[in-house]
Amino acid sequence: MADLSMNLAGIKSPNPFWLASAPPTNSGYQVQRAFEAGWGGAVWKTLGEPILNVSSRFAAISFNGQRIAGFNNIELITDRPLEVNLKEIYETKKRFPNHAIIASLMVEPKREKWHEIVKRVQDVGVDGFELNFGCPHGMAERGMGSASGQVPELVEKQTYWVKEVAEKPVIVKLTPNITDITATAEAAVQGGADAISMINTINSLMGVDLDTWHIIPHVAGKGAHGGYCGPAVKPIALNMVAECARHPRINVPISGMGGVSSWKEAVEFMLMGATGVQVCTAVMHHGFRIIEDMVEGLQHYLDSKGIASVMDLVGKAVHRYSDWGNLDLNYKVAARINTDVCINCNKCYIACEDASHQCIDRLADATGREYLKVREEDCVGCNLCSLVCPVDGAIDMVELPRECPPMTWNERQAAISALTVSNAEAK
Amino acid sequence: MNQSSFDLSKNFQEAASGLTQREAIEEANRCLYCYDAPCIQACPTGIDIPAFIKKIASGNLKGAAKTIMLSNPVGASCARVCPTEELCEGACVLNHSTKPIMIGNLQRYATDWAIQNDEPLFQAGRTNGRAVAVVGGGPAGLSAARELALMGYSVTIFEAEKEAGGLNTYGIVSFRLPQRVPLWEVHQVKRLGVDIRTNTKVGKDITANEILESYDAVVLAAGMGTVPMLGIEGEDLEGVYDAIELIKETKTKPLTDRLVGKKVIVIGAGNTAIDGATCSVRLGAENVKILYRRTKEEMTAYDFEYEFAKQEGVEFRWLTAPKRIIGDEKGRVTHIECIRMQLGEPDQDGRRRPVPIEGSEFIMQVDAVIKAIGQMRHLELLTEFGLEHDAGVVRIRQGSYQTSHPKIFACGDIVFGKGQGEAMVVTAAQQGKEAAYAIHQYLEKHISETA
Repeated sequence: MADLSMNLAGIKSPNPFWLASAPPTNSGYQVQRAFEAGWGGAVWKTLGEPILNVSSRFAAISFNGQRIAGFNNIELITDRPLEVNLKEIYETKKRFPNHAIIASLMVEPKREKWHEIVKRVQDVGVDGFELNFGCPHGMAERGMGSASGQVPELVEKQTYWVKEVAEKPVIVKLTPNITDITATAEAAVQGGADAISMINTINSLMGVDLDTWHIIPHVAGKGAHGGYCGPAVKPIALNMVAECARHPRINVPISGMGGVSSWKEAVEFMLMGATGVQVCTAVMHHGFRIIEDMVEGLQHYLDSKGIASVMDLVGKAVHRYSDWGNLDLNYKVAARINTDVCINCNKCYIACEDASHQCIDRLADATGREYLKVREEDCVGCNLCSLVCPVDGAIDMVELPRECPPMTWNERQAAISALTVSNAEAK
Repeated sequence: MNQSSFDLSKNFQEAASGLTQREAIEEANRCLYCYDAPCIQACPTGIDIPAFIKKIASGNLKGAAKTIMLSNPVGASCARVCPTEELCEGACVLNHSTKPIMIGNLQRYATDWAIQNDEPLFQAGRTNGRAVAVVGGGPAGLSAARELALMGYSVTIFEAEKEAGGLNTYGIVSFRLPQRVPLWEVHQVKRLGVDIRTNTKVGKDITANEILESYDAVVLAAGMGTVPMLGIEGEDLEGVYDAIELIKETKTKPLTDRLVGKKVIVIGAGNTAIDGATCSVRLGAENVKILYRRTKEEMTAYDFEYEFAKQEGVEFRWLTAPKRIIGDEKGRVTHIECIRMQLGEPDQDGRRRPVPIEGSEFIMQVDAVIKAIGQMRHLELLTEFGLEHDAGVVRIRQGSYQTSHPKIFACGDIVFGKGQGEAMVVTAAQQGKEAAYAIHQYLEKHISETA
């Protein structure tokens, strides 16, 4: 059986699944229930000056009847006194010494404030800190959370202040509400961060009620932007993790999060460079019990692939992630429809006809039975037909024999400019 | 088993509950929204099924109801009585991967919304100054009238019964098709300005000539009549019923307890026989048997009707024909003498002819006998209009619904038989539409020729 235990910058946990700093980690009661269920670690809901919350706070997107494809909140950091949280952290760590407890922190961007909170929190025995530079709503209006997380200098400076007094590893949690997340990631590294985590939630307006025209969710008739998360944000989060993982100057471990709902996303995040993942929305949807399948599914996956340790996954697919200019222009795939599996819904036909390159023909055989066929010479290999196809195995994207040797855009441009130069020299 | 008539009325409430909103949305979202979908091809009225299902998914229920009712003016009834597994649902591509979409139930969901909200779905076309008479306000007649009204014709329906709707209103049991459903469809047609003259029998209350003189064209959609005689002894005894009359009674009069605890025999195995049998069960009969002289293979009832009857506890006696109904001194049914049959050579319609097995007679004790061996033809009406017909089946020109009288177009059950069409409600609805288009074409041509 593969070893699931994980080590992120010195923070150890029995498996790579942590609860993200969020409503499920609001109290000792909850975190202990989570550890009993099998979670490997928990990032405690952000500590700071206790705040006031509003009602209501959450909203979700349903897609084609499926609940919670995306989720948003306007809840702030902990609303409980620091000493209560510290007492419960202490008790929880005592009951579960082998599980990771990381304290999420957020204070005003002042050196003494950071020193004060770090010292008080590390006294109760946390395994590490996560600096919340990501919360996009409410706290940001007070100069905290993403307001400081969007300014690389502030990220660097505050990380540095924390590192001055922290005796445990420091993770800097980054906001995705920025054009290039590697800029703030690099600033965190410059400030001495032992690890970075991403993504925090994305600025979002969930919707407008069609009857009342209220913002969703609304508070006494008014709404404000919230933080978006859940399954719908996974591709955004995965890209940001991968961009940081392949960045030469961001050389610290990454705790990945954003739309992790099962062991499958965890594997993807780890392959793209994450050392473990954090989960929130899936737990808010289903409860702590989902961890059983996450752990078991990951275990079975690793065993089936003959991988000894989950840590062996970390970053294994990063080298495959590059820029468009490095993609081979001479690589060709084409769609092939397996008529014995196809159920003739014609969705591929109309998708190709209206939205791609009009290369699927509707034909009939000698008995009058209808079937669909791709004109391979006109197919650009866009994948659209196979994406809309509702039946597994009905459309294969097949690699075509090479007609030309590999050539990327960058190579092509380099070759052209070399030619131009030599032509110019010849003249 | 003793049941009060209060209990009986509960038995006649609609048996199948409709989908909840959540069920409807989940099912609607399961639809693939096929392009050029086979379910549309399989629907005799060509409802754009993926479109109406998509509209349910998006919450556009009025749009969904419009899509359905535009193609099928009796689409709310059809949602309940269509043999969907042989039509739309049978053609669903998901039969080849998971399980077909519950198209009938979704159609009911959308049309139920329209019934509850009672919003007008269509408007009559701009009047074109021409008038068409429709004889018979059943599915075919209503459908023709609706289509003609949309095209701007002034339409009058002559309906013999108290209400229009035909078999949907009177001939299909309430627990499968409550009367409010076809009556809503009738109301939709009335809303377009169609004049429905109920309690008006052609040949009695108005003559065919009066109609022909007053209208530019006539749609003959009078359906069929009562159940014919079995032609056996004892048919006039008390306790022998016509299935259609029995069903009609349950839809028009207070329910009686006369079948409570009784043994009932139904003769025939079509959809009306099934309705007669399940109706008897729900009227409190202790035992209900269907006798059929052929086998299950030749039975004309839809599979889902047959399954429903079995669930209701109806017993089937195949290859059994009635020979004589026996009564007591007061003239009430007490027994029925039957004879066993075997299948012989195929007859003209291809079905194997049942042949009696000599000496196989036997007697069963019964309290009531319900006849459901088909329906009689409106021969008098055809004579009144002077139309050519084959044993009561009106002759129509291939593809045009035009009868031997150029102004008269016939559709629905009145043209069913002798290889013409199918006896489904949905087929009648489509024929009504097509007859309307044929009339439009005929009158357009007629006008341009005379102009």
